[in-house]
Amino acid sequence: MAQENVLQANGHSAGAHLDYLDSSKGLWSWMSTVDHKRIGLMYLWSVVLFMIVGGLLALLIRMELLTPGPTIMDAETYNRAFTLHGAVMVFLVIIPGIPAALGNFALPLLLGAKDVAFPRLNLTSYWIYVFGALMALSTLVLGGVDTGWTFYTPYSSTTGGGVSMMVLAAFVLGFSSIFTGVNFIATIHKMRAPGMGWFELPLFAWGMYATALIQILATPVLGITLLLLVMERVLSVGIFDPNLGGDPVLFQHFFWFYSHPAVYIMILPAMAIISEVIPVFSKKTIFGYKAIAFSSVAIALLGFLVWAHHMFTAGMSLFAGAIFSFITFFIAVPSAIKVFNWIATMWRGSISMKAPMIHAVNFLLIFTIGGLTGLFLAALSTDVHLHDTYFVVAHFHYVMAGSNLIALLAGLHYWWPKMFGRMYNEKLAAIAAALIFIGFNATFLPQFLMGSRGMPRRYYNYLEQFQTMHVLSTIGSWILAVGLFLCLGVLLASLRGKKNASANPWGGKTLEWQAASPPITHNFEDTPVMIHGPYDYRPQPVPVAVEREQGVSH
Amino acid sequence: MSQATSVPSHEHHEHAHPPGLQHHFTDMKQQFEASKIGMWLFLVTEVLLFGGLFVGYGIMHSKHPEAFIAAHSHLDWRLGALNTIILLVSSFTMVMGVWAAQTGQKQKLIGYLTTTFVLAGAFMVVKYFEYSHKFHEGLLPGKFYAHQGDTVPGQFMFFSFYFMMTGLHGIHVLLGMVAIAWLIYRASKGHFSSQYYGPVDMVGLYWHLVDLIWIYLFPLMYLLS
Repeated sequence: MAQENVLQANGHSAGAHLDYLDSSKGLWSWMSTVDHKRIGLMYLWSVVLFMIVGGLLALLIRMELLTPGPTIMDAETYNRAFTLHGAVMVFLVIIPGIPAALGNFALPLLLGAKDVAFPRLNLTSYWIYVFGALMALSTLVLGGVDTGWTFYTPYSSTTGGGVSMMVLAAFVLGFSSIFTGVNFIATIHKMRAPGMGWFELPLFAWGMYATALIQILATPVLGITLLLLVMERVLSVGIFDPNLGGDPVLFQHFFWFYSHPAVYIMILPAMAIISEVIPVFSKKTIFGYKAIAFSSVAIALLGFLVWAHHMFTAGMSLFAGAIFSFITFFIAVPSAIKVFNWIATMWRGSISMKAPMIHAVNFLLIFTIGGLTGLFLAALSTDVHLHDTYFVVAHFHYVMAGSNLIALLAGLHYWWPKMFGRMYNEKLAAIAAALIFIGFNATFLPQFLMGSRGMPRRYYNYLEQFQTMHVLSTIGSWILAVGLFLCLGVLLASLRGKKNASANPWGGKTLEWQAASPPITHNFEDTPVMIHGPYDYRPQPVPVAVEREQGVSH
Repeated sequence: MSQATSVPSHEHHEHAHPPGLQHHFTDMKQQFEASKIGMWLFLVTEVLLFGGLFVGYGIMHSKHPEAFIAAHSHLDWRLGALNTIILLVSSFTMVMGVWAAQTGQKQKLIGYLTTTFVLAGAFMVVKYFEYSHKFHEGLLPGKFYAHQGDTVPGQFMFFSFYFMMTGLHGIHVLLGMVAIAWLIYRASKGHFSSQYYGPVDMVGLYWHLVDLIWIYLFPLMYLLS
């Protein structure tokens, strides 16, 4: 096809300019870079590093739970370990993972832009992230934090250790998240390539837009909540302390007003990646473009109205509970719309099960399990039984950890050739994907069972009847770890080879595949123009302008 | 700035690069509109940050109405009103500064910015006298509250919010002063013109928000009944 030839020619004519990895040398050129691609990579390596930290903590926790009673650590250490695991994974890995690492790298390329709207703000956001991360890890030497990552009062306002430092770390990390969100919205509004209207936007951009909305609207509320908690600890201001006339449940309201939308900061970017990968590896135009785009925005907005479903047992009127329960059920609708559209996209497509697609299909299964088990928790009566059990632990790991992580891996394998100009070992990557899928399910499926039978979350000790399930779960964590390290090894091993990736190894139609692999510093030799839809797999691509006139939908 | 570390990819620019235009924007209009979106989004986050405090204040006020009303009488509403007037006037001089920047009048721009800066300083001076009076009386937040002879208990809660809210607002005033000083410096270097005045506009927006938050703080703190 003529179109493909043009792409190839573009890809190989990069000799005029060095690619962004080689354009300047030295550590300082990375630390001071304003190139969104380099900042994305710095985020990526940081996220990988903290994922290893959080993952090793998870392995220690699972090891401790192998037998009832003390196994490898005492109860205090255990409390600190799961708190640090939660805080590291939420604030340092999952929230920045897809938007700040992959989003920074891919979003401007997908839009055909030279960079994000505010490159220096972008770099600032990265260094704030590093600073916040160091603050969070410094709690290790300050006596640890044993509150759980949710910092519930009144325990968090009275216990010792590094609670204030951890809370301030989360406050600082919030700035990093807000800056990324501000950057992405301005970028999507103002930096699109000529010819790219709102409905020619790649769905990844819609997902990033919805994510950024939540980052901007929710994070400041968390910021002020955490500051209030610090004030409570330092000054005893009284707002969360019942002895002083305050209300500890108010903290939970404040906290979840941010932290429930934050769950969608974690899942919307995952969905955004899946919306890119599935059409490319099905060689088929995405089904229901507008439904997927608008469902992202619907999730972002509805996500603000469901926070109190975390608090059904915390003391709330039945009427309020019923309303929150209803809206929580309702938010499952846009999520389901997406899943059905992805499956419809695959239907009668020409599917190639490359590594990104394997991860995408794994995502569909894991997200569906995570989503459906959420409905048990959304129902008031069953939630009373399941609240604070391993059922909840399993549910949110399926949605936050499993879905987010596996989508991150899908995106990483998908854009890896674009990032580094190199192809990885396809077979080993597929084996790693299978191990991750098996390991993840082996770890968390047993937790649903023991949770529904009454195993409470965060407990150091347990009844012997739960041991079989705990052993299964711990073995699963080992399989998961092997899969993840294999995956990392496969990707890193590819970096030793020559740059062998073509500009468009998967046959994608979005604009990033028109840039060289890896792209030059300013992304495109010439500003790209949108000439067909982002997922137009018809034999003769129909130009966007013609399509608009004829009213043909994607 | 970023050009130094990177290879420019577009040697075939027909038009000269206008001063103040960053490399990744096509033209001044795109750059200005992008900054404007960014600034408004930032202001939204500021509103939500203060919003949490306002909600907390509202809930605690409704739980302890007598204590809040008794405590607020320790504040001098005349000083609060003076500061309100100072900030309102400073908002006006800021608007005039933006107008001077848009019309490319360098001396007027510097004059209006300096006036705004001085008014912001005056606000902080009044605040300083208010705070030191409270410290002296033992009207302090939380467990440091040490005022003697209260007839209504629980007044420390009001001062917790008074210091947290006016303190956070005061930090914003100080940051605004830093930003205005930076504008004065850049204006004196002749960086701004009728083609490029974005930073003045953005700091102006920020300053109006700082003013607006005070407009809400003033009645909530000084005019309870």
